[in-house]
Amino acid sequence: MTSDVDTAPDARVEERSARAIPGEPGLWVFLLGDMVVFGIFFVSFLVERAKDPEAFEASREALGLTIGLTNTMVLLTSSLLVVLGLNAVRAGRHTIGSRIFAAAMGCGLLFAGLKTVEYMHMIGSGHGPDVNAYYMWFFILTGTHLFHVVIGVGVLGVLFTRARRPVDLTGSKRAVFEGGTCYWHLVDLLWMVLFPLVYLVG
Amino acid sequence: MASKQLLPTRVIVTWVILVLAAVVGPLLSAESHGGTVAAVVVLGIAAVKVRLVGLDFMELRHAPRALRGVFELYCVALWVVLSGLFVFL
Repeated sequence: MTSDVDTAPDARVEERSARAIPGEPGLWVFLLGDMVVFGIFFVSFLVERAKDPEAFEASREALGLTIGLTNTMVLLTSSLLVVLGLNAVRAGRHTIGSRIFAAAMGCGLLFAGLKTVEYMHMIGSGHGPDVNAYYMWFFILTGTHLFHVVIGVGVLGVLFTRARRPVDLTGSKRAVFEGGTCYWHLVDLLWMVLFPLVYLVG
Repeated sequence: MASKQLLPTRVIVTWVILVLAAVVGPLLSAESHGGTVAAVVVLGIAAVKVRLVGLDFMELRHAPRALRGVFELYCVALWVVLSGLFVFL
């Protein structure tokens, strides 16, 4: 009985210390806040859709899926690279980690490039943001996400630069690497909802 | 020092699931021509994908229960609210 009482709190403390927050708590206030803001955007999009579902459906069907789907694969690949890069730095293989972060940055730039091509094609074919509510929301949602991608590429650039030298992943350095990679995954996560909502069901 | 696995098996499996799910969505959408049931399923798949990115890429699977709980709640709320708006509005 006594041993149960004595060991149970120890076990809980051990479990608590094993369950670490990726990055730091303040970062998660920002990340979750950003997710809620996008959630409000998604709700607004569907509320707007309800006012004229036929126009939304026709506009969505006129949209090509190729670039959107390719960009989905690009972001998923970048996320895998970022996991690999972080684990490489954790394992003390900082040079490899640095190169992997550079490859992930390349994915981010490819995403932005393809998105720019898509915008130019849409505007060139008369499907600009001023045509109807669907296209306006398309540009607002994907444009806001693209802004996050650009910021994310900058964050990956910081990780790339820092990983070029040996890194001791403790304290604030751990927070920078884990927080930076979590931000990039947020960019991926938001696209996981945005793509089906705007390209597939909107 | 034991060599650390840079890409844990779970992360690879998650990535493969995410890639496959990314292809299933467009196929479902094309088959249904904007049907309500397909839309709810596509949004459900999206919520599952968000959860997998959070748990396995952002490492929330091993985060404190409160943080993981808030994230899981977000995933469920996302699916319920978006599907509800799509169906009932």
